[in-house]
Amino acid sequence: MSMPPNSADAGTGSGTGSATGPDVIVIGGGLHGCSAAFHIASAGRKVLLLERDVIARHASSASAGGVRRLFRHPAEIPLTMASLELWHAMKDMLGDTGDFRPTGQLRVAETEEEMARLEARVKLTRSMGYDHEVLVDRKRMFEIAPALGPQCLGAIHVERDGYAFPYKSTLAFRNAAAKLGADIREGVGVRGIVRDGGRWKVDTNAGEFAAPVLVNAAGAWGARIAEMVGERVPLKALALMMMVSARMPHFLDPTVGTLGRQMSFKQMQSGAVVVGGGHRGTPDLDTGITQLDFRKLKTSADTIGGVFPIMRKAEIVRAWAGIEGCTPDDIPYIGPSRTHDGLYHSFGFCGHGFQLGPIVGSITAELITKGRTNLPIEPFRIDRFGPDPDAVSWEASRAA
Amino acid sequence: MTSAPDLAIVGAGPAGLAAAIEGARLGLAVALYDEQPEPGGQIFRAAESVAAGKGAPLAAFGADYAEGPQLVARFRASPAAAGYMPRTTIWLLDRQRTLGHVQDGKARMLRPKRVLIATGAQERPVPLPGWTTPGVMTVGAAQGLMKSAGQVPEPPFALCGSGPLLYQFAAQLVAAGERRFTVLDTTPKGRWARALPFLPGALRDTDLLLKGLGLMQKVRMAGVPVLRHVRDVAVHGNGRVEHVTFRHGNHLGELPVQLLLLHQGVVPNVSLSLSVPLRHVWDAAQRCFRPALDAWGNSDVAGIAVAGDGGGIGGWQAATAQGELAALEAAHALGRIERAERDRQAAPIRARLKTALAARGLIDTLYAPPPLAALADATIVCRCEEVTAGQVRAAIAMGDTNPNAVKSRTRAGMGPCQGRMCGLTVSELVAHARGLPPDAAGTYRLRPPIKPLPVAVLADLDTSAVEEEEDAT
Repeated sequence: MSMPPNSADAGTGSGTGSATGPDVIVIGGGLHGCSAAFHIASAGRKVLLLERDVIARHASSASAGGVRRLFRHPAEIPLTMASLELWHAMKDMLGDTGDFRPTGQLRVAETEEEMARLEARVKLTRSMGYDHEVLVDRKRMFEIAPALGPQCLGAIHVERDGYAFPYKSTLAFRNAAAKLGADIREGVGVRGIVRDGGRWKVDTNAGEFAAPVLVNAAGAWGARIAEMVGERVPLKALALMMMVSARMPHFLDPTVGTLGRQMSFKQMQSGAVVVGGGHRGTPDLDTGITQLDFRKLKTSADTIGGVFPIMRKAEIVRAWAGIEGCTPDDIPYIGPSRTHDGLYHSFGFCGHGFQLGPIVGSITAELITKGRTNLPIEPFRIDRFGPDPDAVSWEASRAA
Repeated sequence: MTSAPDLAIVGAGPAGLAAAIEGARLGLAVALYDEQPEPGGQIFRAAESVAAGKGAPLAAFGADYAEGPQLVARFRASPAAAGYMPRTTIWLLDRQRTLGHVQDGKARMLRPKRVLIATGAQERPVPLPGWTTPGVMTVGAAQGLMKSAGQVPEPPFALCGSGPLLYQFAAQLVAAGERRFTVLDTTPKGRWARALPFLPGALRDTDLLLKGLGLMQKVRMAGVPVLRHVRDVAVHGNGRVEHVTFRHGNHLGELPVQLLLLHQGVVPNVSLSLSVPLRHVWDAAQRCFRPALDAWGNSDVAGIAVAGDGGGIGGWQAATAQGELAALEAAHALGRIERAERDRQAAPIRARLKTALAARGLIDTLYAPPPLAALADATIVCRCEEVTAGQVRAAIAMGDTNPNAVKSRTRAGMGPCQGRMCGLTVSELVAHARGLPPDAAGTYRLRPPIKPLPVAVLADLDTSAVEEEEDAT
């Protein structure tokens, strides 16, 4: 077993720290924490995962479950391309598909101006050397999604993308990690972390745990965990609202987004239609309770009735929101701590981290076990906003 | 009502009506929302129609029911009647007291100063083999049809289960002239012995107790077959109930029926209170979850209270007392009466409440539901999504540690009823499998809208009252 090369004090292989203690503690039992636990355990390390609530409690189960490469931030494209291959290999990798269904993704233009933006987008990804985003005309678009409203003019289509069942995907990683010996604990909340002689001592409501390596995959709570070791970063908690309809007759295969209006839309295998689009409720990080804002869901209802006329007759049976962490530039924090050895971050995925779950867990495991990764993670460095999160301009970061 | 009411009450049963009357007397602007076309709730369903000679004859429902029209008449005469909104469904209540309702296809949101949840009880679901077969319904539903439409079930049929309502409805059928049915009483042997220690408490309300025993006698005297200590009930039929099988003593029984009416007591209807979410606790005596409340019905969320069976089963007399107490508390919280005055007026109401609850220990012990751990794997738990006990157990074995995880995996509780029919069962199955008490296993998280809302209605939602309130603050 190899020693973590980038972490001189991280112990000595399998016998790190103590004879019985874990090699790595992962904080957070969402998709990213479970994926990291699986990949680290696959590399032969002993993993302890601490989840303060239950597995997949927030962003991971409240997610829309989009497995989408379409319209990714340029910095995320290399990661999203690699992650998709892992989604297609889930069955081999985990013994469980996580209910991934590769039915494609579509981004629709409703105006000429939006159509021009789609064309420009495809030109950009082509110039970067990627050809997964394909511009389709009105006729082809209606072949792919006949239920779209007549105002829709064309779309970007991405084949081999699709959606998964977020809870089942997360549990697939959790179970695969547990099978490899990872110790997964629910109801264990982290209260404090100290670095003590080359080991992280993690104080929790269930006692103290220690390991030479720590992974922060705490989602919207990631900045709180980072701050416990003095690494302050800007992060906002968002409650992204979703709603679901009663079962409807089958009318749609791909996941559909619109360019001009906030909407993500898919019909599940059950016939239920799941609607998202980044409409925000109010999160409470202390209680984990999210409050919905039906004024915005009203807008969402109006949008889906416009884009899919068949939806005007649908019934909404449930709406919800999970708590997600968002960064100023709308891309996550991934990679090693810049203040401590033996600490790796993977949080703040800004509402589009689901598809990246499989690859980022793998990257984190590579960093721990090999000290490097071939994928470009420099844009996601934890210290990219400087030492003072309060001085960061969210508007300027977003614009850049 | 356009401006936000002082006190918005959800449910026009005994608790809601009593709170509305008392609230209006104390000078509060009251709004009372109810799904039914007439006030009265489930217990006094269609009280005005029945009193006016429509539906079944009033006498059929017994002396208790006769008090319904009186309560409703008091409400109609009260200033609170101005704020009565029948045929109105509540689909949202959040921790900011944002209340969403829909009436005649128009949805609105508003933010009352206080909200009282008086959503009453629902019948405890009785998962047993074949219970989703057409032709099986609950005793409460059959009783509701009799009250509102004067409809008496067609023989051959049977009443099956346990609890006061079983004999109450049997006696009502006898009074209405119908004797061609069978009662399958599933109350286990030895329950009376276990319930005896509660008798002294129950004797404080001897009236209620004697009424219960009297009903049982009346049904037997009428020649209705009553089989006691029945076990292992199963429903059979091809697309429609044809017969029911059961164990009675050492015998296997079989009864041809075209209708089977099930009942296993009532539990708080917590759909709205769970969706807020209010904090809930497990009531071990009543084997159900109920909101955690103080002596005034206040929940853990400021300005939201619960009265009546929705806060724990106590019956209609307890419900009216709790409704009045909640109204006094609302008047005090809104500065209409001093604390001392509230307490002074509350004293006689509390005495009434104590009497009304005296027989609870006896009833809860006598009619405790059978443990769900023995549920056969093939038995359906979630009716909407047709999820079986076996599928729930398999999900737990696959790593699901709580009811919400089971829901995510199996879709149990994701149908239109949002787990109203399977929530308790799934919580108990998880608790049993993990060796935890049900409150440690937890409940489903309920999500608004708690009643399905058409997309077109949501798209046309009137939010102006909330906007105005936020602009003003």
